[in-house]
Amino acid sequence: MTAVASLSPAQLRAALAGPGLTLGTGRFTTRLHSPIASVADSIGLLYADYPLLDDTAFADFHLQLTRPLTHRRWLKPQVTLLYDGRSLFRPLPLDQAYPMFEWGLNWCVSSRANRYLIVHAAVVEKNGRAAILPAPPGSGKSTLCAALVGRGGWRLLSDELTMVRLDDGLLVPLPRPVSLKNGAIDVIRAYVPDATLSPPVTDTVKGTVAHMKAPGTSVARAGETALPGWVIFPRYQAGAELTAQPLARADTFMELAANCFNYSLLAAAGFEALAGVVESAPGWRFTYSVLDEALAFFDGLARS
Amino acid sequence: MNDVPLLLQALRRPALVVTLDDAAWDLLLRQAGAANLMATLGHLLDEHGLFARVPARPREHLDWAGMLARRHRQAVRWEVRLIRQALDGLGIPVLLLKGAAYSITGLPPGRGRLFSDIDILVPEARLAEAEAALMLAGWAATHHDAYDQRYYREWMHELPPMQHLRRESMIDVHHAILPKTASARPDSALLRAASLPVAGEPEVRVLAPADMLLHSAVHLFSDGEYRNGLRDLVDIHRLLEHFGTDARFWAQLVPRARQLELTRPLFYALRYAAMLLGTNVPAGVTDELADAAPAPTLLALMDALFRRALLPEHDSCGDWLSPLARFLLYVRGNWLRMPPLLLARHLFHKATLSLRKPRQEAA
Repeated sequence: MTAVASLSPAQLRAALAGPGLTLGTGRFTTRLHSPIASVADSIGLLYADYPLLDDTAFADFHLQLTRPLTHRRWLKPQVTLLYDGRSLFRPLPLDQAYPMFEWGLNWCVSSRANRYLIVHAAVVEKNGRAAILPAPPGSGKSTLCAALVGRGGWRLLSDELTMVRLDDGLLVPLPRPVSLKNGAIDVIRAYVPDATLSPPVTDTVKGTVAHMKAPGTSVARAGETALPGWVIFPRYQAGAELTAQPLARADTFMELAANCFNYSLLAAAGFEALAGVVESAPGWRFTYSVLDEALAFFDGLARS
Repeated sequence: MNDVPLLLQALRRPALVVTLDDAAWDLLLRQAGAANLMATLGHLLDEHGLFARVPARPREHLDWAGMLARRHRQAVRWEVRLIRQALDGLGIPVLLLKGAAYSITGLPPGRGRLFSDIDILVPEARLAEAEAALMLAGWAATHHDAYDQRYYREWMHELPPMQHLRRESMIDVHHAILPKTASARPDSALLRAASLPVAGEPEVRVLAPADMLLHSAVHLFSDGEYRNGLRDLVDIHRLLEHFGTDARFWAQLVPRARQLELTRPLFYALRYAAMLLGTNVPAGVTDELADAAPAPTLLALMDALFRRALLPEHDSCGDWLSPLARFLLYVRGNWLRMPPLLLARHLFHKATLSLRKPRQEAA
């Protein structure tokens, strides 16, 4: 299969500006159109290993990033995201074009893919079993996820969207770049020196944002599902001792449900899928401050 | 005009989908998504035993939409129950209109249909009591601007839309099916008198078949907003297919339209359903309605407008005149709603005075 890396930067820009680029992003196919150079550059950098599909292939999502035709075009250039021609979000400053693609694609999946129970959680796998890491923003979830896949030998399924397939309760990967915010960017640069990061974008709603390229092996194994192994609610706390406190099943269930995008939409099917997860994956409340210690703890889980 | 959009072809002849390749499925689902008809398409294919023959990837999209539609239908049922509880004691039934009526009765257009609010019809004399009862149960008015309040209460056929404070569900309380300021004034008492109970839902009623169709027609062809135009035309098509198996329905339809002053919207509904979706309309009914047709030049114009505005709002459908057609129909919708002087005053107010205040949802 052809990969995005087979295109030269000029070809990549031409495809994005012209017929569109049809990307295999894990389970889904995305057709992206954009004449914006920073989008082409970040796609070239972070999606090099991803399958490049034919222009006539069926695409799940059709996204377009363009500069709206308003007077602001000249004063404060903006970018707008269109879902198959329809505008769904407010325009953002032009330098946020690439992060907007990532956020838009997350939205496509989380608001539509109702054959999955979708949890707002990072998910990584080792030896066939996956650790689900649901957490509110600021808890260090993405940092931990980036460290686990960048240095801990875990496979990235997703840093944002845990997809539980309703048919069999298995976790379906959606390996895409890991979103790092603010202080986490330098932490990961230092901790995973060989990581590829997109240029940081400042002043987004989430602060400064950069994306870390997903490991090539995770992308190559995007078709392999995983069993739910653990549900770990992480919290970074400067200077804290590492603690891991087992959670009652009912509490794990309730906290997971609160982190789902479509739990109530799926009704009974959502309840059953979530019950299946907590049945096989014990819950932990996890506090850490040192990444080495956190990775050692996760390794202990994977070996047990 | 371009060729007939793939979605229309599939709605007319569902069996066509077995011949589609990946690129055609891609286009069909995009058009269905733009027209808000994804779940409807899934149901239609299911009814024709074609669902299993849809390739896996597109089928998954139909499934996704189906899950949402199922949840929607469940939520509507629950919401109707709460509305009934709120109005309990007033001695007026919950007479559901449009989407909620199709959904609760399980009529074909209700399958897979998504809509944002529940419409009910109450006698005008009981409007204040109904509003108070709904407010007590947690629904609150959404348009607080004094002008908007007057717009609705004095000139329109409904209260300002109400939204539930916790569940955020919307309800439109109507006392008629056309604005007070429109030239035709269908008698709501006739509609209420002919309404029918809903099996398994005590105190809930829906319009009789002919009235339901006429309301669907007048709603689509008097409105100025055609974003869901094709979806609403599909409602009409599906209602006609369903009720049309009974000859009595066709026999009552035109006389009832005359009684309710709705022959023109019925004429358009039958014309464009047949033209775009291939609906079977008995020749006798078409003849009976011949006098409801506009003059030939006006009809040619309306054809040009509706044949564009009723297509999915998608890049692949229509032509360079489509945006103009939608704009002209928007103007027409306002024209039909109010007499010229009042309309001029309304638009003047909206263009000037309303803009000085922080904007609410436009009335």
